[in-house]
Amino acid sequence: MIDRPARKYGGLTLPGTKIPDVGPRPSYTVEAEEGILGNCGLMGVCDEAGERMSGELAVRSMASMHDRGNGLGGGFAGYGIYPDHPEHYAFHMMYADEDARQDTEFYLARHFTIDHEEPIPTRAVRGIQDEPLLHRYFCRVEAERLQETQLSEADYVVHAFMDINSGIDGAFVASAGRNMGAFKGVGFPEEIGEFYRLDEYAGWTWTGHGRFPTNTPGWWGGAHPFCLLDYSIVHNGEISSYGINKRYLESHGYQLTLRTDTEVVTYLFDLMLRRHELPVEVACRALAAPFWKDIDLMPADDKEFYTALRTVYGPGLLNGPFAVVLGMADGMVALNDRIKLRPLVAARDGNRVYVASEESAIREICPKPEKSWMPRAGEPVIARLNAAAFGAAPQSVPVEVN
Amino acid sequence: MAEVTFTRPEFRVRIDKELCQQCGRCAHQCGWGVHKMDEETGYPVPDSSKCGACHRCVTFCPAQAILVEKNPLAYKHSDSFSPDLRKAVWRQAETGGVLLAGMGNDKPYLRIFDHLLLDACQVTNPSIDPLREPMELRTFLGRKPDKIEVEYVPDGNGSKPKLKTEMDRLLQIETPIVFGGMSYGSVSLNVHRSLAMAAKELGTLMNTGEGGLHADLQPYQDNIVVQCASGRFGVHADYLNAGCAVEIKIGQGAKPGIGGHLPGEKINEEVSVTRMIPQGTDALSPAPHHDIYSIEDLRQLIYALKEATGYKPVSVKIAAVHNVAAIASGVVRAGADIVYLDGFRGGTGAAPTVIRDHVGIPIELAISVVDQRLRDEGIRNRASVIAAGGIRSSADVAKAIALGADACAIGSALLVALGCHLCQKCHTGSCSWGICTQKPELTRRLDPEWGAERIVNLVTAWSHELAEILGALGVNAVESLRGSHERLRSLGLDQQTQEILGVKPAGIGH
Repeated sequence: MIDRPARKYGGLTLPGTKIPDVGPRPSYTVEAEEGILGNCGLMGVCDEAGERMSGELAVRSMASMHDRGNGLGGGFAGYGIYPDHPEHYAFHMMYADEDARQDTEFYLARHFTIDHEEPIPTRAVRGIQDEPLLHRYFCRVEAERLQETQLSEADYVVHAFMDINSGIDGAFVASAGRNMGAFKGVGFPEEIGEFYRLDEYAGWTWTGHGRFPTNTPGWWGGAHPFCLLDYSIVHNGEISSYGINKRYLESHGYQLTLRTDTEVVTYLFDLMLRRHELPVEVACRALAAPFWKDIDLMPADDKEFYTALRTVYGPGLLNGPFAVVLGMADGMVALNDRIKLRPLVAARDGNRVYVASEESAIREICPKPEKSWMPRAGEPVIARLNAAAFGAAPQSVPVEVN
Repeated sequence: MAEVTFTRPEFRVRIDKELCQQCGRCAHQCGWGVHKMDEETGYPVPDSSKCGACHRCVTFCPAQAILVEKNPLAYKHSDSFSPDLRKAVWRQAETGGVLLAGMGNDKPYLRIFDHLLLDACQVTNPSIDPLREPMELRTFLGRKPDKIEVEYVPDGNGSKPKLKTEMDRLLQIETPIVFGGMSYGSVSLNVHRSLAMAAKELGTLMNTGEGGLHADLQPYQDNIVVQCASGRFGVHADYLNAGCAVEIKIGQGAKPGIGGHLPGEKINEEVSVTRMIPQGTDALSPAPHHDIYSIEDLRQLIYALKEATGYKPVSVKIAAVHNVAAIASGVVRAGADIVYLDGFRGGTGAAPTVIRDHVGIPIELAISVVDQRLRDEGIRNRASVIAAGGIRSSADVAKAIALGADACAIGSALLVALGCHLCQKCHTGSCSWGICTQKPELTRRLDPEWGAERIVNLVTAWSHELAEILGALGVNAVESLRGSHERLRSLGLDQQTQEILGVKPAGIGH
């Protein structure tokens, strides 16, 4: 055992590593300290034909909602961004210091085959400081390891994800999905986008988030998106049912360590979509369930279905104000709470589906969509990658009979 | 000196002769015969030693001429040997018997509910106005699968999801408040009628208790849970099928581990027919079921009842005792669809005072440990938890649900709504309010329609209050409060109790 001073887990900051104030401010950053209105802002765009878009698009969209954040958190998730390693689990790591990095690398090397690793490329940006060490690893799971552990590959990766986050002091997995990655930190989203050089990536799905933290102080790991496997969540709102959602997930083996309600959204999607194999639109109806007064008016078979869904998944009902965008290997879903207490606008133009907290954020990157609308409370907006256009094999594509 | 008693009356009844109209109503109203009209003076002469402070005479005196007060008789002070304990000694020295009492434990133990505080929303998450937005209290009791399977079926031009999983039968209740078991025999038929009518109107459940189901209540069967207790009074195939669910009563919070005793005086012809026992005989329920001496025996009875009823839900009622978590887990694994937990403050028609006041644990702790245990074992969805025994208000209901109960059962509160004043003399069979009696001149005092209306009002009022609480918490469905310890804080509980409850002290944020 190496004896070393205790570190404060969660801060992920290393004293004395402040970046000198050298870089230019991103051109779209307006006066940062003015006009803080409160609320988070989020966006998502998915090209259903699998055509890749520059990450700059997502950054520009978020920049237009600058006022919705307070500079204490911004982040993006991109899908299809690692065409050279599409089958590898891309571990995006944040380290508070070298020790955390050594511990994590020891852990990863022991449990995975790392085919490639590198620092996550960044550029110095004014406004971004105290960033942790950022590194990414492209990992494979050897078949023997699954044999030994009797776990599915996905469960194996989830275990590692939870192990590192809860077990290694000062290490945080930002994302560990295939052909995707989360880029997040403390700063305004456009600063984060510039910092992570997102203009150099191209992906078929992008989600973005600007944060106005209320429940947890601004820290790098606490920025959105929150990820697990190929799932990523950006979230505006507060989950008032957090207490029971957390206990429900804990009884299914999830470890909730991040002190934030967004975490439960990610894990609930994982539970319902991956482990219970519910079609995504059904999972959305469990998370933002229709009201009994509406169920009572449904035809008998629908009534039976929704009654069962609500009674079985009651502890997973997400209650309270929220708008979330879920990024998945095979698409994107946006969802509002059951009485729409947070803004969410959607638009479609050709193969592209857009969602955002404000319509202006969509029109910033798609000035004249064919169609734009305000999704109703609890009614999911679902974008699905066209299977033909989609390179990597999807994890679970909901099958629809037409 | 055999006739001398040392126990002095608990209350003093006084008639204000300036106000008294000599109408004699007090004498007529009192079931215990406190008031006797003096033929010479025309005034009532109260015998305070019989008074239970039930206020029947006070309520019906047209002149408000009756005063019932505590007997101020002084006892030499002792913190240790209270006057109540001295009186108990005197009564037992006089009789040589077990002291009986009705209603729930009235001793000043810590009332945990009164040390728990609920949360509310401010700014960062909005509260919801229940007068303007839907607020859902509907609850389904019974066994639910851990997950559902879905298939798609054609629907117009597209398709729609359809349930592939076969669900067990569930009990739908419109508010998370059901009625606890109170047997016909211990309470009057008019009480049962009131409860049945109210349950139907409220969309909730009444529970027969262990005394069988009177034929008059057949029309209410969708809202009746029939109980099968150790005495098996009134239990036959038609009875088991006469309700929407069956409850096996293992124990009761007021008297864990002991049986029941309905005195022969309360077994009149109708009770005798319903219970299927001879008129005038004591109805003695054994302490254990004589066919249940272990958990596997319970499993056999659960499945026997399911077979007999075409797989209606089976509830198992147990008293909250020290090992309640492990017992409840066994009960769920034995196949129960509902575990009904009865805390140590639960009511009764008659129980040995020593048991009522000294056995069992508070329901708050039982809910928490049972809920956690079932979650730890991954079987929480397999059964619903009903909490009872000391639920006095909608706040208690909300707190019990936040601790992990699916619904609460109430009994004493219902009787209070019907006029009960908690005089604790149910076992005497002379209830002046016509509740805990079979004497026709007393039972006719309770008009079932009036009773049903009072109960509907009470439960409706509590449901409105629950909606207000949920709205303040910023959620619009009761399942988002259920088991959410995060929405509770404790005030003045010791650390270990807090840990058992899974509740943080007030002042701690998220």
